[in-house]
Amino acid sequence: MKIKNAKDFWAGLMFLAFGVGFVVVARNYSMGTAVRMGPAYFPAVLGGILALLGAVIFLRSFIIHPEKVGRFHLKPLLIVLVAIVLFALALKPLGLVIATVIVVAVGAFASHEFTPKATIVLAAILAVFAVVVFYYGLGLPFNIWPAALG
Amino acid sequence: MDLLSNLALGFSVALQGINLLYAFFGVLLGTLIGVLPGIGPVATIAMLLPVTFTLPPVSALIMLAGIYYGAQYGGSTTAILVNLPGESSSVVTTLDGYQMARRGRAGAALGIAAIGSFIAGTFATFLIALAAPPLAEVALKFGPAEYFSLMVLGLIAATVLAHGSLLKAIAMVVLGLLLGLVGTDVNSGVARFNFAIPELSDGIGFVTVAMGMFGIAEIVANLDSEEKREVFTAKISRLLPTARDFKDSAGAITRGTLLGSALGILPGGGALLAAFAAYTLEKKVARDASQFGKGDIRGVAGPESANNAGAQTSFIPLLTLGIPSNAVKALMIGAMMIQGIAPGPQVMTEKPDLFWGMIASMWVGNLMLVILNLPLIGLWIKLLTVPYRLLYPAILLFCCIGVYSINNSAFDIFMMAGFAVLGYVCMKLSCEPAPLILGFILGPMMEENLRRALLLSRGDPMTFLQKPISATLLAISALLLLVVVAPVVRKKREEAFQE
Repeated sequence: MKIKNAKDFWAGLMFLAFGVGFVVVARNYSMGTAVRMGPAYFPAVLGGILALLGAVIFLRSFIIHPEKVGRFHLKPLLIVLVAIVLFALALKPLGLVIATVIVVAVGAFASHEFTPKATIVLAAILAVFAVVVFYYGLGLPFNIWPAALG
Repeated sequence: MDLLSNLALGFSVALQGINLLYAFFGVLLGTLIGVLPGIGPVATIAMLLPVTFTLPPVSALIMLAGIYYGAQYGGSTTAILVNLPGESSSVVTTLDGYQMARRGRAGAALGIAAIGSFIAGTFATFLIALAAPPLAEVALKFGPAEYFSLMVLGLIAATVLAHGSLLKAIAMVVLGLLLGLVGTDVNSGVARFNFAIPELSDGIGFVTVAMGMFGIAEIVANLDSEEKREVFTAKISRLLPTARDFKDSAGAITRGTLLGSALGILPGGGALLAAFAAYTLEKKVARDASQFGKGDIRGVAGPESANNAGAQTSFIPLLTLGIPSNAVKALMIGAMMIQGIAPGPQVMTEKPDLFWGMIASMWVGNLMLVILNLPLIGLWIKLLTVPYRLLYPAILLFCCIGVYSINNSAFDIFMMAGFAVLGYVCMKLSCEPAPLILGFILGPMMEENLRRALLLSRGDPMTFLQKPISATLLAISALLLLVVVAPVVRKKREEAFQE
């Protein structure tokens, strides 16, 4: 057997895994009956359906028209994720201004047209914008500067 | 005349200074993101949701609605000028609109798109005002069984209209339903699927899901395929179409408006389907179809009127039944819930100012779009030249701030990162994220109505087939599925999406 449609092969596996996962976790809760459904009833049924759909998509991938999965670009994905996570970690202790500069500066590396000068200018503009709009304009409760200084 | 007094009430709300201001802000922002590549109305509305909490409910909904139809408008501007549809609903406009621009008739194309959209928007607004009250009355008679079946129909319709594989779209809906169930079960108080993480016992915020899967995942997808945009910078001499253009496109606008209004009402329908159908119709009825694809003005007027009409009438299921027909509507339901309004037929009777104010504001917003955008086109063209590398860090930042500010929780940002990965994987595997979001919103509602329906029927599932309305809705769902699976239609559907 040869995989013909790689997209469906992986998609099928993914849905199958999610379906089985939900069913397995749902076993921790009570099923109840159709009249009085327990917390596990609906998710278990849906998980079963999802697993079934996943299995069909998976099996079908051996027979339907071939399709390749496009290249998975790990670098931009990872850089963007790192930027987001750093923002989340920095926001409370270091304040909005520094967190903004971090997310913009790190995030900018994801583009292959990255230039340091444009990034610095952009980070500065966005930091001012974020403080003016989100802190003063909308009154969202952020620290602007590192908590240790305030 | 109930209709007139209702509309009068609506306009008195919509024309208040503050609401005019938010409508203006909404359509302007909508047009902006419609023009800009890589950011759509779903991500924008998701970003703005936390902000709407501080606004009065009417103003918040008026602004969000404005973003939605403003984006349709901006999308067609880029379709005509750059051959890139800013929004999926303006894909068809690229066919003839861009060709018109290449022949130096960009102004006429933009003008007829604006005028057609306005006419369609006006008609659709009145249609909503006419159709909503009787529909809401029917909806008030709905019990849990009917609601459950209606949601099934909505979800099926959404999958039928998704691009690509039907099976994968259905799987995405089911996955969305399941993710929507994470958190405390209202009936038993048991925290489900929370893996002992306290933040998860309140459930996953749908803004988090929407921003991860639409906002961030799209950034990554755009970064790995950085295409060069060629802006059509030829001078736009006159924006007003000639008398002959009007004569040529009058029929197309009328047909597009009617067709779009009808298709928009279908659950899962809306602007995209309307535009495709209208283009096909124009080609069919034209006596001389040889110019289509080469810059025929009817190929712009028809679909542009249809997508705007469809965008408007797709508010009908939202306003009367509280059922979202696409991802944007799902977010608007979220906005209503944030404001403490339970979406559904009772909104019309309990909050008539909100209901009619929103409808009237759509007409006002459409008028603003015509008046605003014709002179502002020069500005939009300039914006098109903003390189993506300067744009996406800003989107990234706004997504982070938006998600964080809902609960002031860094955990939500981590969740968003997780959904970004899921979204990117799904894109690579050609699984559309829109059905997942829809399922996510409907998950808890569906479970609740299923439980109630079966409790009332003492566990007999036949109740869904014994109640006439519920049975009809399920029959339509089954029919839809059958129709799509039937080989002939399947081929047509693939063609339509490939065009």
